Amino acid sequence: MLLRHTPKEITERSALMINPAKTCQPIGAMYAALGIHGCLPHSHGSQGCCAYHRSALTKHYKEPVNAATSSFTEGASVFGGQANLLQAIENIFTVYEPEVIAVHTTCLSETIGDDIKQIRDKAEKSGNIPKGKTVLFCNTPSYIGSHVTGFSNMVKGMTEISVSTGKKNGKINLIPGWVEPSDMEELKRLAALMNVPITMFPDTSGVLNGPLSGEFKMFPEGGVTIKELREAGDAIGTLAMGEWCSADAARSLDTRCKVPCKVLDIPFGLKATDRFIDAMRIIAGTSVPEEINRERGQLVDMISDSHQYYYNKKVAIYGDPDQVISMVEFLVSLDMHPVHVITGTPGKKFEKRIKELTAHLPYEVNVKAASDMFLLHQWIKNEPVDLLIGNTYGKYIARDEDIPFLRWGFPILDRTGHQYFPTVGYKGGLRLLEKILGLFLDRKDRDDPETVFELTL
Amino acid sequence: MAIKNKPTDWTAAEVKEEMLKKYPPKVARKRAQSILINEALSNTTPEIQANVRTIPGIITMRGCTYAGCKGVIMGPTRDIVNIVHGPIGCSFYAWLTRRNQTDAGETGENYMTYAFSTDMQDSDIIFGGEKKLKAAVQEAYDLFHPKGIAIFATCPVGLIGDDIHAVAREMKEKFGDCNVFAFSCEGYKGVSQSAGHHIANNQVFKHLVGTEENAKQGEYKINLLGEYNIGGDGFEIDRIFKLCGITNIATFSGNSSYNQFATAHKADLSCVMCHRSINYVADMLETKYGIPWIKVNFIGAEATAKSLRKIGQYFGDKALIDRIEAVIAAEMPAVSAALEDIKPRTEGKTAMLFVGGSRAHHYMELFKELGMKTISTGYEFGHRDDYEGRQVIPNLKVDADSRNIEEIEVEAHPEQYAPRKTEAEMKALEDSGFQFKDYEGLIPDMEKGTLVIDDLNQYEAEKLVEMIKPDIFCAGIKEKYSIQKLGIPMKQLHSYDYGGPYAGFKGAVNFYKEIDRLVNSKVWGFMKAPWQENPELSATYVWE
Repeated sequence: MLLRHTPKEITERSALMINPAKTCQPIGAMYAALGIHGCLPHSHGSQGCCAYHRSALTKHYKEPVNAATSSFTEGASVFGGQANLLQAIENIFTVYEPEVIAVHTTCLSETIGDDIKQIRDKAEKSGNIPKGKTVLFCNTPSYIGSHVTGFSNMVKGMTEISVSTGKKNGKINLIPGWVEPSDMEELKRLAALMNVPITMFPDTSGVLNGPLSGEFKMFPEGGVTIKELREAGDAIGTLAMGEWCSADAARSLDTRCKVPCKVLDIPFGLKATDRFIDAMRIIAGTSVPEEINRERGQLVDMISDSHQYYYNKKVAIYGDPDQVISMVEFLVSLDMHPVHVITGTPGKKFEKRIKELTAHLPYEVNVKAASDMFLLHQWIKNEPVDLLIGNTYGKYIARDEDIPFLRWGFPILDRTGHQYFPTVGYKGGLRLLEKILGLFLDRKDRDDPETVFELTL
Repeated sequence: MAIKNKPTDWTAAEVKEEMLKKYPPKVARKRAQSILINEALSNTTPEIQANVRTIPGIITMRGCTYAGCKGVIMGPTRDIVNIVHGPIGCSFYAWLTRRNQTDAGETGENYMTYAFSTDMQDSDIIFGGEKKLKAAVQEAYDLFHPKGIAIFATCPVGLIGDDIHAVAREMKEKFGDCNVFAFSCEGYKGVSQSAGHHIANNQVFKHLVGTEENAKQGEYKINLLGEYNIGGDGFEIDRIFKLCGITNIATFSGNSSYNQFATAHKADLSCVMCHRSINYVADMLETKYGIPWIKVNFIGAEATAKSLRKIGQYFGDKALIDRIEAVIAAEMPAVSAALEDIKPRTEGKTAMLFVGGSRAHHYMELFKELGMKTISTGYEFGHRDDYEGRQVIPNLKVDADSRNIEEIEVEAHPEQYAPRKTEAEMKALEDSGFQFKDYEGLIPDMEKGTLVIDDLNQYEAEKLVEMIKPDIFCAGIKEKYSIQKLGIPMKQLHSYDYGGPYAGFKGAVNFYKEIDRLVNSKVWGFMKAPWQENPELSATYVWE
């Protein structure tokens, strides 16, 4: 057994986190920053943070992930990291020539209390930021929230450069939340089908799912531009996907630039996608094109075709709050039973939403925020499930307990596809269903006695 | 093959100039000293700058001290509960991300699949985290009752002044049957992972080595130092040791157990694989317990044979020497058969190796066996002695960064010290050409006019590959895909791209096959579509 020391009996833990279902803020900030065109993310802290975040993102995407670091030494930790950051900004603009540097902090620089805004202003005054180039930043103390918080903080940091000219430009800001480059592409496709002009930020499509062509571009074609971010202040509204991932940025734009916003669930599954499409329809004052109706119909068709295999199946799921909320809603709509639900990210609202979504079910769901996978595993030992959904780390539980396992979330270190095939929208729903169905039926084909082995399923 | 294997007209000096050209003057001056054109002078090895600070803003391959301590050295310790004291990230990123394989058997203790953290919150940063740390250690003890609990400091811990060593002492005393010890391995210490190796090894030496007497029984007892069982390397080496009748008391730290560290003083010889991460432990084992040490290398079939023979010669027992020869004779035919098949496809090709603190040197052996030439190389966190040889150690400058890393003073243990050989025996061995604690470093194995570069960064790597176009480039995961985008296959020599083992005889064959696959893969010829190669619309379409 891989997790042989996990006891079935649950004891209270107050201090020891075991097998986290979250990581720290800066990696989220780094991922978000990669969704800005021509941007080099910069980690203001020890070089290990940057190395770890780059490694994790690289393993997840199998793509180059470049980012710089202030490479703190003991001296910098005592006297502050200003000199390191000033030097870094000069070196980065000279050597790598990005359009933008997006600085995020770490627990080290936050504990010291480095004032990034002041350092950025100093760099600007001393001419270390070439004309026309941008340094944006956000604070990402690792000891608050999770990687999701860091993502949200960087997206909010992007909106700080947005300005309102007082004249609306007719566009919608679409904040997709922490989704894959393939998902961002899909959201853009849906918006284009609806004829809704959007500015998406961040946008990692074209950055983290690039081609192999014999050329290396440190700054690939994709990403939201600084110009677009500036103009986001003139949008007619902001659709923000996910309370945890995107709401802060949207509300900040509302406060600063009077761009009204609506926070939606990330459109995973039928109903969340319905709400997303409906919102766009009403905002744009247009009717939904037949192509989208057809995609929706295909998803409904597949649910009905294979419903017998989902019906009443018990599921354990862990991941980030916005993603898990939408997924739980989708599972419930398939008449599946999410019985154990956790996120590592804190937030009482998460527990409330999950309870609401599962209120009508004939059992009480186990749900916990700021929790860990050790507890989830214990819950599973006490009440076994038919399906486990989450990031790659779940494979240890799945193997020990012999549970079909859907890799979905961050990070996925041992499979590929998430870069290329979306799970948002109706098309994404089809892909999720195909995967879940495949897991159940592969299992059935493996386990059924020869006497009842079936050709047609 | 699209853009491969073209001879380039660049000289090493031109490449170096090109790499430095774009840097701001201060950066260029500093980097120039870490980029060495290997011009071996008569009987001296040229000097290279190494183990110095990374330049802020320059995209480095390096990680931090915590990564070296928790990730590299203590990562493979399966029966110690390793608790990371800090915000969650550090524990998360070191969770199963190095490929240290381990064999705990069906029922043995194995915590390597778990990540333990105090998950510090802002209140812990403000009011101090010692209370939470104590509670976490208690909870780990109550849940698992392990033999050992280790505590690792992350950056903020040092800043807020949590006394993790006091917590460890208190809890150890309280439990009575569980050794609790701590590592002050804050990420900002030192200049690279190397400082973390040192901090880890010092604590292992202080708190574990020599604390138990129930060592493995057997003949020809050795320790294998600096072998981390990535991809099962250690399993393959242990297989060979077993065939030879050599007893491996303790591997530091691949596939290790608490008891192995605790009984390491019972070995009669220390064999050092990764010189960088552990040579000082070999020294301390000799000073405190009287165990001599030699440098070995099990990467490469020839190097494996050579290292086994060196062990045989040390023990000087004919039965062992004969058995080693028999094992080599039995293992080599498979190696030769593989080479006979593969070498015609790899011969004459070129490699670049930028990895670790020993691997860049060790893997040159395997490329040599494939008939490939290493044309540029360097370490990520090596020191000058890893490049130039151990003779430079007395002259190494102690700078502000290395001064912060504890050096522990050891002396002969009153009871446990015992010389393994008499002075006369040692002298006789040395007179016959046998070299104890000897390591000549990487530079002497590099040809004249090649480039040796310390702490190579993203920009320099790109220049190297663009200008020289090697047939293969070896580094780590962060470098992999930017190199491959240029159409050059890239082999990870930290994680082995999830393959391996590459050590020993079987490992050598695995590596030959892997390099053959990489340098001869069809994919490198697919990068241009037919219409990109011939964009002009010339003739009309030829219908059937």
